[in-house]
Amino acid sequence: MNLILDPLGYAFFVRALAASAIVGLVCATVGSYMVLRGLAFMGDALSHSAFPGVVAAYFLKAPFYLGASIAAVGTALAIGWVTRQGKVRGDTAIGVIFAGMFALGVFFFSLIPNYVGDLFGFLFGEVLGIGVGDLVALSVLAAFVLVTVALLWKELLYATFDPLGAAASGLPVGKLDYLLLALIALTIVISLQSVGIILVVAMLVTPAATAQLVSQSFGRLVVLAIAVGIVCPMVGLYISYWANSASGATIVLVETAVFTIVLVATSLAGRYRHAGASARAERAGSGSR
Amino acid sequence: MTATPGAVQVDAGSVAADGPMAVRLVGVDAGYGDRIALEEMNLDIPVGALVAIVGPNGGGKSTLLKLIAGLLRPWTGTVEVLGAPAGRESRRVAYVPQAELVDWTFPVNVWNVAMMGRYPRLGPLHQPGKKDHDAVEAALERVGLSDRSRSPIGALSGGQRRRAFLARAIAAEADLYLLDEPVTGVDVPTQEAIMDLLAAEADRGKSVVATTHDLAAAARHFRSIVAVNRCIVASGPAEIVTNADVLARVYGDHLLMLGDRLAVLDDSHHHDDPSGSERHFHEGKRGGGA
Repeated sequence: MNLILDPLGYAFFVRALAASAIVGLVCATVGSYMVLRGLAFMGDALSHSAFPGVVAAYFLKAPFYLGASIAAVGTALAIGWVTRQGKVRGDTAIGVIFAGMFALGVFFFSLIPNYVGDLFGFLFGEVLGIGVGDLVALSVLAAFVLVTVALLWKELLYATFDPLGAAASGLPVGKLDYLLLALIALTIVISLQSVGIILVVAMLVTPAATAQLVSQSFGRLVVLAIAVGIVCPMVGLYISYWANSASGATIVLVETAVFTIVLVATSLAGRYRHAGASARAERAGSGSR
Repeated sequence: MTATPGAVQVDAGSVAADGPMAVRLVGVDAGYGDRIALEEMNLDIPVGALVAIVGPNGGGKSTLLKLIAGLLRPWTGTVEVLGAPAGRESRRVAYVPQAELVDWTFPVNVWNVAMMGRYPRLGPLHQPGKKDHDAVEAALERVGLSDRSRSPIGALSGGQRRRAFLARAIAAEADLYLLDEPVTGVDVPTQEAIMDLLAAEADRGKSVVATTHDLAAAARHFRSIVAVNRCIVASGPAEIVTNADVLARVYGDHLLMLGDRLAVLDDSHHHDDPSGSERHFHEGKRGGGA
């Protein structure tokens, strides 16, 4: 029995591995900007807002990607617009709209006469159930998001670091804000089948948050986030295969564990350095006395 | 006329009269939401000027800077920058925000920050090339940060951080530098170093407009002054801030006479209190002018 190779004999496992690597790559890339902008709560809100789109698509027998994209991107633009009106705070606007959208999804869901297993999968993810068509669809969407970020990475970076300076020097900061929200929404749509509505925020935020602990330049942050974002879901998938545990939750737990280990390690290293420095200072002090 | 001789007239909005203008405001009212912050602004700032915008907290210094930067649209009137409506010549404008508004834990180094100045002129499809690297190198050289180019921005001292942002403005090859409180919260030698750099930029034809609530710094380091408290109260050469009458008009109740010395009580809650001293000040001004 080979722990690594045995599962690869199953086509569904290989598809799941490919899907989680692609999802991890896109999530970590977009998530790097989210973490630096403080948009974690926004990510959670947008994923919940995709739910009514998924249910509506199910009703209409349309592809779920379409329904989820319309709902999530629409919500992203609506939150952006309400926030820009300046009548309520941004987090308030997010709270109102996201709860309303999720309630709409539950409302539609409750109208379905019989239990719908595959719809339930969207809440917690079912990466092992991903088909060839799903893999193609999410690859196309992923390519679109990655190409957009590749073309606009420096504009998005400038607008994130110093929005006033960027706007004054002619960058369309307002449009870039909307674009980032739309990219987050699309990334969530790409991830829904793998990790589900409730856990997708971890895929977006945790790899970048882990990378941020040990990065002092943006390039390094993105590279490390992508490494964590690709490797963790694959490890999680193997664990879930052998432990027969829920795949989405296992993937997220692996990412959370890596974040926790890096956080503790950097804190301990910082304390060690600090203790070493003060010990040296004390020695120097007593020596001069 | 109760004004003492030498007092600058309220309606004399010009910092200087001849030559091309870097900034021109005509009949500008502006504010946020339905709250007015500046009214009846007329102001000319010539190319090559080194101007400080002074005034009490909440008096509209930062608002004026944002109008010039094109970050805020006027309610009425026109704002012209470098001969075009504000925002049109934005690639020739560099804006440096207040230090408190910058996230100093952001994972960028000094080189990255200066390179951002090149981004607007590069455009979305182009990556930085040799010309951009040379421009960044020259800018870091000019501000004296060549040896710190790989340092994270958060590892720098307050003065070095401001110099890094100044390098961004220089790398951008901007013609108008707008700086929000560039010498606030740094010690006097650091102030001198920053102001020497800004003076050198003005000498090579750049226009420099900076806000400051530090009157001593304004008088010592800048060549002209615009005093703002909801409207332009006074403007002219830097010496005007040592004029007691001008100070009284700029700061109103916030001015304290201590024998033959003047002290400005900088009240940070001032702008939250529209019914307070600001109105007081305006009544005083109108009474004096009648």
